[in-house]
Amino acid sequence: MTLKGTVHKYDKDNIDTDVILPGPYLKIHDHGELSKHAMEGIDTDFSKKVSKGDFLLAGNNFGCGSSREHAPIALSHSGITAVIAPSFARIFYRNCVDGGYLLPLEVEKSTLEQISDKDTLEIDIEKNQIHDVTNGKKFSISPFPPLIKKIIDCGGLMYYKE
Amino acid sequence: MNITEKIIARASNKNSVSSGDVVFADVDKLMVHDVSGPGVIKVFEEWSKKGIQIENVWNPDKIWIAEDHFVPSADRISAENITKLTDWANKFGIKKHFKYGLGQYGICHTLSHEEALVLPGEFYVGGDSHTNTTGALGALAIGLGHTDIAYAMMNGRIWLKVPETMLFKLVGKKPAHIMAKDIILKIISDIGTDGANYKTMEFSGNAVSEMGMEERLTLTNMTTEAGAKNGIIEPDAVTDEYIRQRTATSYKPILGDNDHYLEEYTYEIEKLEPIVAKPYSPQNAAAARELQGVEVNKAYIGSCTGAKLEDLRSAAQILKGKKVKVRTEVLPAAQSIYIKALKEGLIDIFMEAGAVVGPPTCGACCGAHMGILAKDEICVSTTNRNFPGRMGHVESQTYLASPLVVAASALTGKITDPRDVSK
Repeated sequence: MTLKGTVHKYDKDNIDTDVILPGPYLKIHDHGELSKHAMEGIDTDFSKKVSKGDFLLAGNNFGCGSSREHAPIALSHSGITAVIAPSFARIFYRNCVDGGYLLPLEVEKSTLEQISDKDTLEIDIEKNQIHDVTNGKKFSISPFPPLIKKIIDCGGLMYYKE
Repeated sequence: MNITEKIIARASNKNSVSSGDVVFADVDKLMVHDVSGPGVIKVFEEWSKKGIQIENVWNPDKIWIAEDHFVPSADRISAENITKLTDWANKFGIKKHFKYGLGQYGICHTLSHEEALVLPGEFYVGGDSHTNTTGALGALAIGLGHTDIAYAMMNGRIWLKVPETMLFKLVGKKPAHIMAKDIILKIISDIGTDGANYKTMEFSGNAVSEMGMEERLTLTNMTTEAGAKNGIIEPDAVTDEYIRQRTATSYKPILGDNDHYLEEYTYEIEKLEPIVAKPYSPQNAAAARELQGVEVNKAYIGSCTGAKLEDLRSAAQILKGKKVKVRTEVLPAAQSIYIKALKEGLIDIFMEAGAVVGPPTCGACCGAHMGILAKDEICVSTTNRNFPGRMGHVESQTYLASPLVVAASALTGKITDPRDVSK
């Protein structure tokens, strides 16, 4: 599977789910409506900037805090297909994978420094590789653990058979 | 095996497990609230569109529902979520539904222990990140998102990676001005908000043994803020007495072999100072006395973290016979705690001090309703998170502290160490 899109970079550690989808919207469960408020706590124009197939690049411990599945839903329905970060908070990571919303891709901390906002990326999931088309550099992705890969290949936990 | 590994081994029908193993484990108890419940309903609706119809849940008697985040209904959408949740509970035969305005209700995590809905040795999953709280009872308590909860509701099982365990030994005699909140804020400031990511935080030592159950629950509650998968304390006589006061149901406690720890930390409690976490991270700690010039607009005593009976008693001890200088809001974490506080005279103390006392709700803690902060307002709070916008406007600020510090600050209008207010 190869993905291609523009990357939106937020060079900050500990971007929490209150920032990704603020608390007052937790009562909303319509996916399209939630997408309008994605990343509102850090960038009120986020949903207007993102096109279908784009990526989000951020610092350590992305998605920490609340277990709200609204967070990956809002990102996914705004067009984001993968979040790239050196590390993820555990519930956010599970929600991305088990809900089949988007891919959480773990990279080295140095990768974060070498990719710029608005670069075009090609991501090869089978080869665990990111190609930054804008600057020509290539970066590796930590391979998914076996169960996670199987759940992703099934399209989410619901379609996975033990 | 340590206690977490033993519970996972039991729940996954294995003789032993070790960290890194991936298993499917049988769930003993499951909880949703008025945010994650409608989230699970939405997951079921999406599956239905794809041809997967959910007619039954695995065991309606092991599932319970709390109305806590947007109650009393904040607006039309919140009211409709409650209606939807009620119809859904009826459809699946879920009878343990704690409805506001209908007897016992309150914050889901508070009900988990106050009603002994979860017992020592059990594997409990909840649709909320602070599900970790309930680990103080000696249970494996893990927070999950809507899809995972929906899967567990259908199948009674969920996948888990066996976590590595960090052991925190709390030793020495706890001074009167120190609460469990100070201890856990100190630990989080040392290890960071991702310091226990994917891991277990287990607490032991004489200071834990000597703590009451509600203070233990503050420790495990805030393990979420260090990224932990779960927080846990081995059950003992305190646990058993707490459970026995609430239910006659028998249980089989599980104890660990006190091994398999990734790291061990020791904290000498008598050396601690009252601690406050500054905006915008729970790890951003400073001694309360270092922050005594910080003026606040509001003091908040509420949430699963800081509005249990012990928390209210501690705050009342400071506020008794005095007047608050800034807006102060007290919201007991459950109806039963409200009633106990009323009978003990604590509610009189709060109201005579000038505070407003409100019904149990998560509302203000998550910036949803019932007292949110305006731009540039500063709040000192007994809650668990101080991220940007957490309690209101993205440019408001929250300082996290113990009920003693929050009550002392309410009296002075500035962040105040409880030792610095006259008795």
